[in-house]
Amino acid sequence: MSIGQLSESPISEPGSEQGLFSILGIVFKREFLSAYRSRQELANPLVFFVIVIVLFPLGVSPEPDFLRAAAAGLIWVAALLATMLSLDRLFQSDYDDGSLEQIVLCAQPLYLIVLVKTLIHWSLTGLPLIMLSPFLAIMLNLESQHIPVLMLTLVMGTPVISLIGGIGAALTVSLRSGGILISLLVLPLTVPVLIFGAGTVQASIDGLPVMGHFSIIGMMLALTLTLSPFAMAAALKMSVSD
Amino acid sequence: MGAALLKTDNLQCERDDRLLFSGLSFEIYSGEVLQLEGPNGSGKTTLLRILSGLFTSFEGQVWWQGQAVKGCRSEFQQDLLFLGHKSSVKNTLSPLENLRFLMGLQQSIKEDQLWWALEQVGLAGYEHVLCRNLSAGQKRRVALARLYLSDAKLWVLDEIFTAIDKKGVAQLEALLEEKARSGVAIVLTTHHELAMKNIQILSLGRRAA
Repeated sequence: MSIGQLSESPISEPGSEQGLFSILGIVFKREFLSAYRSRQELANPLVFFVIVIVLFPLGVSPEPDFLRAAAAGLIWVAALLATMLSLDRLFQSDYDDGSLEQIVLCAQPLYLIVLVKTLIHWSLTGLPLIMLSPFLAIMLNLESQHIPVLMLTLVMGTPVISLIGGIGAALTVSLRSGGILISLLVLPLTVPVLIFGAGTVQASIDGLPVMGHFSIIGMMLALTLTLSPFAMAAALKMSVSD
Repeated sequence: MGAALLKTDNLQCERDDRLLFSGLSFEIYSGEVLQLEGPNGSGKTTLLRILSGLFTSFEGQVWWQGQAVKGCRSEFQQDLLFLGHKSSVKNTLSPLENLRFLMGLQQSIKEDQLWWALEQVGLAGYEHVLCRNLSAGQKRRVALARLYLSDAKLWVLDEIFTAIDKKGVAQLEALLEEKARSGVAIVLTTHHELAMKNIQILSLGRRAA
């Protein structure tokens, strides 16, 4: 490839500063595009989710009553682990190729960029998982009137897992064996979501009111949605500093 | 000349119990080219990362246009172009998409400017090839295309000539000279012999007496 002489730029007027929303838009497009290009990786957590639930009756007991009792907890545990599995990828490739440095050096608030990244990640991993959950619930013999409750807990609960897990991912991105560390750091913090997520469905099965449970999950969602981006941003700044 | 664009005051940095430099004070004015020299491991990259604000465990002060950088971080970052060791080019995106993202983080840019910049770095015809299929030098060139478009006042460039052929280096030097004339302050490290004139040299790695 030969290199030409320096020639004038077609438009020589200086570009203006980027506003916050156009930067978030740019991040949005780029995340979806690079996720689409490596879509095989996105299938991994989903496959894991389905396999765990399919194998469970084979390994433990195919008794319908037993499965009905175990359904909510089983789906929630599988969803939690599947989301965790996918999270170490959240910042890894950006760190490896150096674009994380450029994102950190962007003049707009880092926590908003990170929040957008995490929510996109959730919509590509958490959302498909929620779409699959009704089929798996039917397979596990859960009565159909409880399925909307299960889905709603997942809709509110899996973003919490992504947002908490994102902090772990941001902290460990510069380490070699980050995957195990994320689980150690983050799994204990996600236990409350698991308890209330599965508990809500159990309460619904037992015919108890579920609004209280939903309020608590909603509170967790509000807390992590507002606070964890700051923690992620601080952790990322530390990670690129090495 | 007016006030210094960037000023450092008594910088001191230790890594792994080894003193890299101490008492380092210098000023960079608009239109100046400052080259950091020193053997491997003498702290050139660390100093560049301190200047750009990525590395924060150091002592001393960095001033940007008369203000402490800590107090005007976002104005400073708006005026800073940092090219590091890692090319920040994503393998799953094409050169055009990469450049659109990297430029877009800092300033609004028109589509034909992106095409023009890629043509300047010799990537015409490769705009839509995924970067994982490009050579190391070509990937580096995607990152370098930012130099043609940036409005930043301070450029911090770490080993940007790595993997670039001779002709490309000469062209880049011409670009840096032209940009410096138009008022951009440039801090760079390289192991290439630069043909540019009017370069200030800062040597690192001399043991303090």
